[in-house]
Amino acid sequence: MASDAALVDAHAEVGALPDIGRREAGGWLVPAAAAVALAALPLVVSPYAQDLIVRIAIYAIFALSLELLVGATGLVSLGHAAFLGIGAYVTVLASGDSGASLALLVPLAMGGAAAYAIVVGALILRTRGVYFIMVTLAFAQMAYFVVHDTKAGGGSDGIFLYAKPTLAIGAQTLLDLGQRLPLYYTVLVMLVLTYAFIALLLGSRFGHALAGIRVNEQRMRAAGFSTTPYKLAAFVVAGALAGLAGLLLAVKDGAVNPELLSWHESGAVLLMLIFGGIGSLRGAVLGAVAFTLLKELFQSEALLGSLASHWQLTLGLTIIAFVAALPRGLIGLGARVRDLARGRAAGASP
Amino acid sequence: MSAVLAEAAEPRDATAPAALLEAIGLGRRFRGLAAVDNVSIDVRVGEVHAVIGTNGAGKSTLINMLSGELAPSAGTVRFGGDDVTRWSQPRRARSGLGRSYQRTTIFAEFSVLENCRLTAQASEPRPWRIWERAANDARGIAVATRALAAAGLDGDAGRIASTLSHGAKRQLEIAMCLATAPRALLLDEPLAGMGAEETGRMLALLASLKPTHAILLVEHDMDAVFKVADRITVMVNGQVIASDVPERIRNDVAVREAYLGDGH
Repeated sequence: MASDAALVDAHAEVGALPDIGRREAGGWLVPAAAAVALAALPLVVSPYAQDLIVRIAIYAIFALSLELLVGATGLVSLGHAAFLGIGAYVTVLASGDSGASLALLVPLAMGGAAAYAIVVGALILRTRGVYFIMVTLAFAQMAYFVVHDTKAGGGSDGIFLYAKPTLAIGAQTLLDLGQRLPLYYTVLVMLVLTYAFIALLLGSRFGHALAGIRVNEQRMRAAGFSTTPYKLAAFVVAGALAGLAGLLLAVKDGAVNPELLSWHESGAVLLMLIFGGIGSLRGAVLGAVAFTLLKELFQSEALLGSLASHWQLTLGLTIIAFVAALPRGLIGLGARVRDLARGRAAGASP
Repeated sequence: MSAVLAEAAEPRDATAPAALLEAIGLGRRFRGLAAVDNVSIDVRVGEVHAVIGTNGAGKSTLINMLSGELAPSAGTVRFGGDDVTRWSQPRRARSGLGRSYQRTTIFAEFSVLENCRLTAQASEPRPWRIWERAANDARGIAVATRALAAAGLDGDAGRIASTLSHGAKRQLEIAMCLATAPRALLLDEPLAGMGAEETGRMLALLASLKPTHAILLVEHDMDAVFKVADRITVMVNGQVIASDVPERIRNDVAVREAYLGDGH
C-alpha cells in the first residue's frame, strides 16, 4: 500500500522536476567529503557497522542506477531488481567452486545485466507511463520465475558463493573480497565511480538529451532526436550498473536467492529514490542510507520487541509520513525548513 | 468551386521555383472517417502558404502527416526532392523540416537558452562524447543565441522558460524551431491566444523568415492570415475546397459559404 501511493506520486512528479544538471550546494565538495569520511570510518567503527555501511553503499549504487532512469530520463521502472538479480546470479554461477577474478566477474555481471536490458528495452521502450511501469514489472517477474523454477539457479533456495572473488597479478593477490576491509574499500570505490560516472553522463549532451526526453519527448522528436536509442542507452547503462550492485551484494552476502529479483526489491529501490528525492544523485544516496537504516531499526528486536516482526508496517507508515512532510524527499529538507520558517515569519507579521 | 479548382490547376509560371515541400493526394482515415481526403498542397521557399478551415477540417492532421508524426493512409509527401512518406519525424526534422505546436511545447523548466541549445544539438548530437559538457557546447550556444536574436528574445536567454509571458513562449517555440536550421516551417496556430501587440511582433518575425524559408501556416486569425499569406488553402471536412492567392480566396463564393461567412 505504501509503495502504491508513493508510486503514483513519483510518476506525477517526474515531469515537473528541476533541471537535473543544476548545481547543488557545495558542488563536488559535499560528495567528495562524504567519500573521504567513509574511507576513514573503518578506523573507528565496529565490524557490524562496517557491514551495514557496505550494504548501504551497495544499495546506493543500485539506487543511483535507477535514478538514471527515473530522475534523469523520466522512465519509472518497477522491474529494476531483475538486473540486480542477474548481476548477482552471474557472479555466483561464474565463480563456481573455485572462485574467479574480479576482473572477469565485473564485465560478466554488468554484461549479463546489460544484455537482458537490451532485450527488454528494445521490446518495451515504446510504451509510456503506467504501461511502461507494468511491462517492466512483467519482465522482472519473468526473470524471477525463470530463476525461481529452474534447477541451475538452485530454485527457490538459491545458491551459495563458495569462493569469494579475488584480484591478482600473477601469483600476487591484490584483493581478497572474502575479507572485510578489502570488500569495504572495493564497494566504496565502486560507489564513488558510479556516482562520478552518472554525474558525468548527466552533464554531457547525452544527459541533456535525456532531460529533454523526460520533460517533453515529442518536442525532442520534432527537433530531430531519434529518442528511442537514447532511452535504450539509458536503460542499458542503468541495467549494467544495477548488475554491478548485484555482484557486490552476492559477494557481501555469500549467497543469492530469487528474492533478489522480486518486485519487493524493485519497489524498495524506487522507494529509496522517492524517500531521498527524485532528480538528485545525492537524494538517491541519501534515500539508500535512510531506507536501509530505518529498515534495520524497525527489524531490530532488541529495540522494538515483538513489533520488529511487523517491520513492513512500521517502515511503510514512516515512509508515508516522510513523503507527506517532504514531497521533494530528504534532499529537499533544507528548502522545506526555510519555506516553513518564512511562512511562520510572514504569518507572525501581518 | 469548380472555377477555383480549374484556376488552381493551371500550369504555373515556368520561372517559379520548385516546391520545397509537397503533398500529393494525401489522405488519412480514422476508423472509416476521412479526416484528410486527397489533399495536395505545396510550399516554396520565399512564401507563406496558409491553411485555413473550421475546427475539425483536418488542418492539424495534415500538419502531423507532413511533419511525420502521423502516417498517411494514402498519398505521398515529398521534401527537397526526396520521397519522405516513410521517413520518421526525427529524420524529416534533421533534413530541415521544422514544426511548432498549437499547444506551447517548450521545456518549461530549462532556461530559455538551453531550450534552443538542446534543439540545436539535434543536428550534431555526438552523444557518446560524455566527457564534453553540454554547458560548454560552443556551437550549440552560438546557434541558440542567433535563433533567440532572430525571434526577438535576446534579453531573456538566462530566464527559466516557464516564467516567460504567453507571447514570449510562442516566440521561444519558433526560436527552438529556428535553432534546428530548418528550410521549411510548419507552424500550427502560432498566434493562438496572443494579444494585438504580440501578434504584430509574430507577423513581423514570419515576414523576416519568409525570404529564406518555406512556411506553411495553419491559423485561425483571418486578419493575420490575409496580411501575411501569399497563398491560402481552404479546407472543409478534410478536403481542399479552394487554393489561391488571398484576393481570390476572399471573393470565392464557395469559401464564403463554407467558412468565412458573408459578413467577412
